[in-house]
Amino acid sequence: MFWDKNTECMEREEINEMQIIKLQKTVKYAFDKIPYYHKKYTECEVFPEDIQSLQDIEKLPFTTKDDLRESYPFNMFAVDLDEIIEIHSSSGTTGKPVVSGYTRKDIHNWSELLARGLTDWGITSKDVVQNTHGYGLFTGGFGLHYGAQKIGATVVPISTGQTRRQIQLLNDFKSTCLIVTPSYGLYIAEVAKEEGFNPQDMGLRVIGFGSEPWTEEMRQRLQDSFNAPAYNIYGLTEMMGPGVAVECHKQNGLHIAEDFFYPEIIDSETGKQLPENTTGELVLTNIEREGMPIIRFRTKDVTSLNYDSCECGRTFCRMDRITGRTDDMLKVKGVAFFPSQIEKALLKVTEIEPHYQVIISRPNNLDEIELQVESTPQLFSDDVTTLIKIRDKISDYIKNEVGIKVKVTLVEPKSIKRSTAKAIRVIDKRNLH
Amino acid sequence: MVKIKQLSIFLTNQKGRLYNVLNILAENNINIRALSLTDTSEFGILRLIVDNPDKGEQILEANNYTLKTTQAIAVELEDVPGGLVSILKILNDNEINLNILYAFTQDYSDKAILFLSIPNLDFLIKILKENSISLVASNVIYNL
Repeated sequence: MFWDKNTECMEREEINEMQIIKLQKTVKYAFDKIPYYHKKYTECEVFPEDIQSLQDIEKLPFTTKDDLRESYPFNMFAVDLDEIIEIHSSSGTTGKPVVSGYTRKDIHNWSELLARGLTDWGITSKDVVQNTHGYGLFTGGFGLHYGAQKIGATVVPISTGQTRRQIQLLNDFKSTCLIVTPSYGLYIAEVAKEEGFNPQDMGLRVIGFGSEPWTEEMRQRLQDSFNAPAYNIYGLTEMMGPGVAVECHKQNGLHIAEDFFYPEIIDSETGKQLPENTTGELVLTNIEREGMPIIRFRTKDVTSLNYDSCECGRTFCRMDRITGRTDDMLKVKGVAFFPSQIEKALLKVTEIEPHYQVIISRPNNLDEIELQVESTPQLFSDDVTTLIKIRDKISDYIKNEVGIKVKVTLVEPKSIKRSTAKAIRVIDKRNLH
Repeated sequence: MVKIKQLSIFLTNQKGRLYNVLNILAENNINIRALSLTDTSEFGILRLIVDNPDKGEQILEANNYTLKTTQAIAVELEDVPGGLVSILKILNDNEINLNILYAFTQDYSDKAILFLSIPNLDFLIKILKENSISLVASNVIYNL
């Protein structure tokens, strides 16, 4: 099933013709409207008229997350605020958050992206979509919400958490589609079983999952748990949100909406483009966005692009599932953060840097994060109550800095293993790659 | 000198930790006079009064233990029912909240010995003296 067959099944030649026109338009628009691009392109001596072919995109400098942060809050917007009808924001990892602004047309387009994906999965106006992605500044909740409404499905905007309620509504509302992070989906299945329900009999037809690293084995477990196929959604706040790429029912890669995003894979060291089917860093360009066009954004997500025809009939290229990061960003419970943030929070409490280690695990299908801190003489107090207070203070500071609850454990000095070269700050036991 | 040096050692609440630290002291010929343990599910504080606290401190630090030295005082009390209560009543009447308390009996006299510690130790000493409670000198404790 197609939502917009004319677009989704365009010939490659047509796609490329459309992309160069949209790219030229975007570069000119950004250069004229956004001081950041005007200044940067002038400094690099590259101008909108230099973009004559899609290959010419390589002449343009990259945009990084730091660039976006420096533009906080609204300096990347190409339009006046009265044309922006919605704002989303990343969780503010490492300093200032990244803000994303949408015009009415952008919201329409965003809905379009997900309407295409959901339609391919077989979702129609007859379906009930239970959306457990968080509603709020996070793009996950609203993106799926708009897409499902676009096709006329009934949306249950329950958001994350309240697991028993999730199960009750799955039963009572007869939800046919569940939108989850893979770990939360597995957790719901687990709790449902504890409550005496068989998740396989709950009548779910489709599961959409995203915003978390996953493996094929996890997908299999998710599918088996609910006896329904599970499809991946990729996206990022900077570019729009979920829906940049959506997996089709063939489960063999995620189709990138090439009429909205121009994808490249680069060597993250040299910045040079890599050929198709080669693994590297994904770089994305908004070629159809009014509020905040981002050109050559370095996602730091590692994947590859495949331009072969897909059995589903769609012609847009497919990206592989994200197999890693080019930086040390971690995603736990759907929240992205860097080990440096933990360090920053620790330093606020302890003043001098103690030896620490972050251990991430997934004991009952839910991510758990533990921070082990070696007790230094500065941290140590001859009083259990004070020690517990210090421990809780560290936990509070991290919650504040990173946005998730971390279990803090004080351990004996030298009990955390030292490596000869670089300190191993993070042990991820989730086995995701 | 009535103030006694006490070693407070951070330990993870795991099998073998107490053994390790006591073993190190034993190997270095440090004799333990009194011992108290406070624990939570994850970690604990081991408090020791030893015959040679300076040496004990040095050895434990050399073995990478996190420790603090604090001060305590020792009082003698009658080794009879109600002996401990009589001291606690004095503290209670003076609104003193004890951080640490541990008691033991020994054979140098027919009395029991009680170790007490609060942040303002001088105040504690003053109150006890006002109530005619006899304090045991530190060198007596070290050489028990």
